Amino acid sequence: MNAVRIQREDFDIGAELDVLAGGRNDVGAVVTFTGHVRGDANLTALTLEHYPGMTEREIASHVHEAEQRWPLTGVTIIHRIGRLEPGARIVLVATASSHRQAAFAAAEFLMDYLKTRAPFWKEEERGGSKSWVAAKDTDEDAVQRWK
Amino acid sequence: MTLLYFAWVRQKVGTSEEQIDLPAGVVTVGDLIAHLKSRGGGYADAFADPARLRVAVDQEHVSFDAPVDSADEVAFFPPVTGG
Repeated sequence: MNAVRIQREDFDIGAELDVLAGGRNDVGAVVTFTGHVRGDANLTALTLEHYPGMTEREIASHVHEAEQRWPLTGVTIIHRIGRLEPGARIVLVATASSHRQAAFAAAEFLMDYLKTRAPFWKEEERGGSKSWVAAKDTDEDAVQRWK
Repeated sequence: MTLLYFAWVRQKVGTSEEQIDLPAGVVTVGDLIAHLKSRGGGYADAFADPARLRVAVDQEHVSFDAPVDSADEVAFFPPVTGG
């Protein structure tokens, strides 16, 4: 079963994994990636905005592509929006499969696409000033390896 | 047609959404960018360097040569920074 959610609230990883893998006996591996707000260089907070509608479509299409590439039993993706302070969880990608290789690979694939294709934007607050985060070439390089 | 703006593009043009009727001769994303830039003010600033922009037509990423003449929704934004 797949779930994609964009929300302001925090998420409970244990509860999400129970939904993803609970009650079934064909799951041999669950890989989770959790992204947190890194509080480097006096960062006060990040504020995330997104493109409602396109975000969900874009993520769903990458989940579909991951399912074509690997034998997955389920995927959960949660991405938070709004103002988040250092240490806060931003994103959860959890992939379930019968075997670990598929779960690891699919989680990396989905994170690489999430970072470079899903329409989210981060604005940083440092002290009293705000600035938009620039996209990184290294993230674009990471996604190219799946082509 | 609905135009949507996100992140600093939204801040520069001063609105997140607007309705427009496409002027004659605007066929591609590139034509639409040139048209919006010609409005001056915040638009000229937001669209000054198209290389810094990304575009979605009807919620799909597209390049600047994609057609917009039959689109319902066109969105302009910087390269994405989620995750």
